[in-house]
Amino acid sequence: MDEIRSEGMAPPSVELAVPGADEIVLNMGPQHPSTHGVLRVKLRLDGERIDGSECVIGYLHRGVEKIAEHRTYTQFAPYVDRMDYVAAVSNGLGYCEAVEKLLGAEATPRAKVVRTILTELQRIASHLLWLGTHALDLGALTPVFYCLREREEILKIFEKYCGARLTTHAFRIGGLQYETYDGFEHDVKRFCDDFGSKVDEYEQLLTGNRIWVGRTKGIGILTAQQAIALGVTGPPLRASGVKWDLRKAMPYAAYDQYDFIIPTATNGDTYDRYVVRMEEMRQSRSICLQAIENIPAGPIMAKVGKVLKPPPGEVYHSIEAPKGEIGYYVVSDGTTQPYRVRVRPPSFINLQAFDTMVKGHLVADVVAIIGTLDIVLGEVDR
Amino acid sequence: MGTEPPEKQPPSAPEGGETKPAGSASSEPAKPAAAKPAAAAPPKPPAPPPKKEERTPLDNDLVKRFRGRFGEAVREAWLDRKQAILVVEAAKLRAVCEFARDSEKFDMLVDLTAVDWPKREKRFEVVLQLYSFAKNERLRVKAPTADGESVPSVTAVWPTAGWLERECFDMFGIRFDGHPGLKRILLPDEWQGYPLRKDYDILQQDEAWVRENMGIESGQ
Repeated sequence: MDEIRSEGMAPPSVELAVPGADEIVLNMGPQHPSTHGVLRVKLRLDGERIDGSECVIGYLHRGVEKIAEHRTYTQFAPYVDRMDYVAAVSNGLGYCEAVEKLLGAEATPRAKVVRTILTELQRIASHLLWLGTHALDLGALTPVFYCLREREEILKIFEKYCGARLTTHAFRIGGLQYETYDGFEHDVKRFCDDFGSKVDEYEQLLTGNRIWVGRTKGIGILTAQQAIALGVTGPPLRASGVKWDLRKAMPYAAYDQYDFIIPTATNGDTYDRYVVRMEEMRQSRSICLQAIENIPAGPIMAKVGKVLKPPPGEVYHSIEAPKGEIGYYVVSDGTTQPYRVRVRPPSFINLQAFDTMVKGHLVADVVAIIGTLDIVLGEVDR
Repeated sequence: MGTEPPEKQPPSAPEGGETKPAGSASSEPAKPAAAKPAAAAPPKPPAPPPKKEERTPLDNDLVKRFRGRFGEAVREAWLDRKQAILVVEAAKLRAVCEFARDSEKFDMLVDLTAVDWPKREKRFEVVLQLYSFAKNERLRVKAPTADGESVPSVTAVWPTAGWLERECFDMFGIRFDGHPGLKRILLPDEWQGYPLRKDYDILQQDEAWVRENMGIESGQ
């Protein structure tokens, strides 16, 4: 944190008022490595303690919602992968299911199960990237190598399945474009079998580690009430003690067929969010193992037609993405192009809680809090 | 012209010569002419008019309670794809939201956005997605508002609305009364116009930018 502490830069022209003579305004980002992209945070400091902050976002704004109005339903599908680009499969699932709802169609049972498996693998991959970089930000160098090693296996499965590793566009409206490849079940099973002990390995490195505990316990506390009032979803909400997961509350894909639990914690601090995500990886592994046992045979695409013309009307559909609730509000005017597509981005809304979480902490904790929110700027800015 | 398949280039070349300055090059002017019929073809068949939206009016207990409390301010209620939609007067939006949160247990504002319908009397529709943890139920509240009118902010009901209303202002130019700091959030402060309005043309914006910053005409 040396580069931050040593600056005595002039306060930028911001609305973040500087009342006291002892206070300074410090700019962090947009090119700071631990902001995980192009987030800029203005911090008002009293000594090294933060008593106010403002996030400046939009550096990665591409106008995804405007683009949607100029594309057909099918053409827009690959764009959603480019929002949360480390969990593209989840984004795609939400969009495809939203349009299916609008059409009054439903994916085939086989497609639903394959979607569930790939989405859960994506959740593990997203959490692994979070864990590796979060630990790296807080000074633990080793976990990132382990995490990326396992994430690589998942990306290899994606690559074998659809040819892409990151922006996969794995699903189509109505089901899947591709049948699973020979040995898909074997690959997923082998990964899951190995992965169980790997999570324990990460935990050995971090859970009891005194530095890790010191850097995360009691940092960035968010109470359940605050979390709900701020619309926070996903692991940060569950770490605050709210047992709520869309996979259980409003099941989609094939989640109603599998046993899994919703991990929660009570303190709502950075450490608890770590614990919740670790357990979520184990649960995702268990869902994959259950699903791989019995993938129903049958077609992979429902009959939705080549030209999609949903009847006029609107729908809101959301799924539990690794970052929280990603929702799509799609309005149709009966033509081939959506009249309006609104994306409810979990990263954007969770980031709004940053100011509440960071108050009273030290500059070094900012890095922990940005990391624990697990934001992706591609999704914040869209 | 439209019936000509684009592959037959030699016969269509003289036709292209009528619109473009003829005789400048032998093969090049044929290309835009051949591409034109293909590009002009898709917008042609709007023959079957889009089906009218079918609305199932909704009058369950929840809607009755809203009607009982707000009377005529609750304009309409219907179900679309089994999702409940409630249209309320924009002036009463904040009171409706307070009632929804406190009495009906819709404790989370999931999303707040808008839709632009330029042909309607009130062109914007502010759309709120509410969720109730206690009932595991969603409700969509809509408030129609005209250009230039402001909508009461719901930031005091749900702090989530802070950034969401800013984004709505940024993209549609809808003002929210009582918002603690309504300014652009994703776009630069000096940005002109509101991109998600239907009359905001992306091509026009691009051409204007190229003209202003590069001093040439855009090739788009």
